[in-house]
Amino acid sequence: MPETPSPNHGFPGRLLVFEGLDGSGKSTQAALLGKWLAAQGYRVFFTEWNSSELVANVIRRGKKKGLLTPTTFSLLHATDFADRFERKILPPLRAGYLVVCDRYAHTAFVRDAARGCDPGWVRTIYSFAPRPDRAFYFRVPVSITLRRKLASRLKISYYEAGMDLGLSDDVVESYQKFQGRLKREYDRIAATDRFTIIDSTRTVEEIQGDLRASLRPLLENFPTGADMMHDG
Amino acid sequence: MTGRTYGTRLPGMPTDPLPGRLIVVEGADGSGRSTEVTALKEWLEIEGHAVVDTGLRRSDLVSTEIDRAKEGHTLGAATMALLYAVDFADQLENKIVPSPAAGATVLADRYVYTLMARAIARGSSRAWARELYAFALRPDLVVFLDARSEILLHRAISKYGYLDFWESGMDLCLSRDLFESFFLYQDRLSREFEWMGREYHFHRVDANRAPEQVHVDVQRLVAPLYGATVPSTPSGRKPPESVSGARRRAASS
Repeated sequence: MPETPSPNHGFPGRLLVFEGLDGSGKSTQAALLGKWLAAQGYRVFFTEWNSSELVANVIRRGKKKGLLTPTTFSLLHATDFADRFERKILPPLRAGYLVVCDRYAHTAFVRDAARGCDPGWVRTIYSFAPRPDRAFYFRVPVSITLRRKLASRLKISYYEAGMDLGLSDDVVESYQKFQGRLKREYDRIAATDRFTIIDSTRTVEEIQGDLRASLRPLLENFPTGADMMHDG
Repeated sequence: MTGRTYGTRLPGMPTDPLPGRLIVVEGADGSGRSTEVTALKEWLEIEGHAVVDTGLRRSDLVSTEIDRAKEGHTLGAATMALLYAVDFADQLENKIVPSPAAGATVLADRYVYTLMARAIARGSSRAWARELYAFALRPDLVVFLDARSEILLHRAISKYGYLDFWESGMDLCLSRDLFESFFLYQDRLSREFEWMGREYHFHRVDANRAPEQVHVDVQRLVAPLYGATVPSTPSGRKPPESVSGARRRAASS
């Protein structure tokens, strides 16, 4: 079966992106969608934006010395993303996979903007990353993500709360303020980045059903793994 | 110093003009750059100016990662370029910006231009490299020590006894032959320095000559930054040759 190149990046694969605040449910949905796609016989490559060892080490070192600024923080994450992009995302995209990204460059766009970096500069840095074929934005009020966070009893991390910005000495209050900034940024870029907005206050099943339905046109005529591994 | 960058605002950077100065000395390995930086620092200090010297890959934030990446040779072009940018940004914010703010002169042994040339030689676009480093502080003076590839080759071999893997651009796979790769790589770099020279107003100094002659030319370029027209402590004896004099006038006009 012929593989038609994506109009966005010219590769035979397709790039599906899941964006939204921590606790917006995007990771759950991305994992479920990946399962469903694989079960249908599509070749799926799943990747999440977890800090690599490289970045984790540098951040630990930088934090200890109080050296990290919004600029170094931004460039450090760009390095991490570039490494992940060049080694993990690009090859399956060129090989014709459905690449599912739990967070993509947009995460950097909103975080860096919230930290005061020049948004145009950040965009150019990430210009090696092609526009996704579909980007889902899981939209949810900050109050809900905070409730989920507190219920999970997971510790709110220093940078997740934007403590480096000095918004508040109180972690929870700083978290609310910082996540509010991120949400405003997501909302602001939603139209220009052609986000498919998902109302993430609904049930897991409702949302997953919507995602699957909305991807059907994109999957039409997309070759399955069997099509690619052998003829006929 | 105006305290301005090449376009991108640095969050948290002082907006007042910085009282100190930023002088950059650029040039390939073997152009006599480090020798000149040492001589220039000595001279400026004798003249009574506080000097902080800085170079590339001297910050301890990511130098371990850069060394490790080089050992493995596994990083892609964008990743490598960005890793160097992190390192530069760290030095810029922690060393370069604070020093002129305190009235000192920062003497940079290479600057963003080398990083840009290397990134572009490895496949990044000029536009991307230029924008990536748009947060860099605009120097008061960029001196470019220009030397022919043949001269660079002889200096490299006489200094190290061999040709360096990275300085020969062997990671680019231009040629399996180290000697040939060195020339191909230096050609690429000098092509990038060529347009950057116009874009960023480099002052070219003929570095095919002896260090003392180079130093005299550099002193003439630096002196006006301090309101002096000629260096009060001349250290070179021989006046520059007429060819280089013409080149210098052409470069600074």
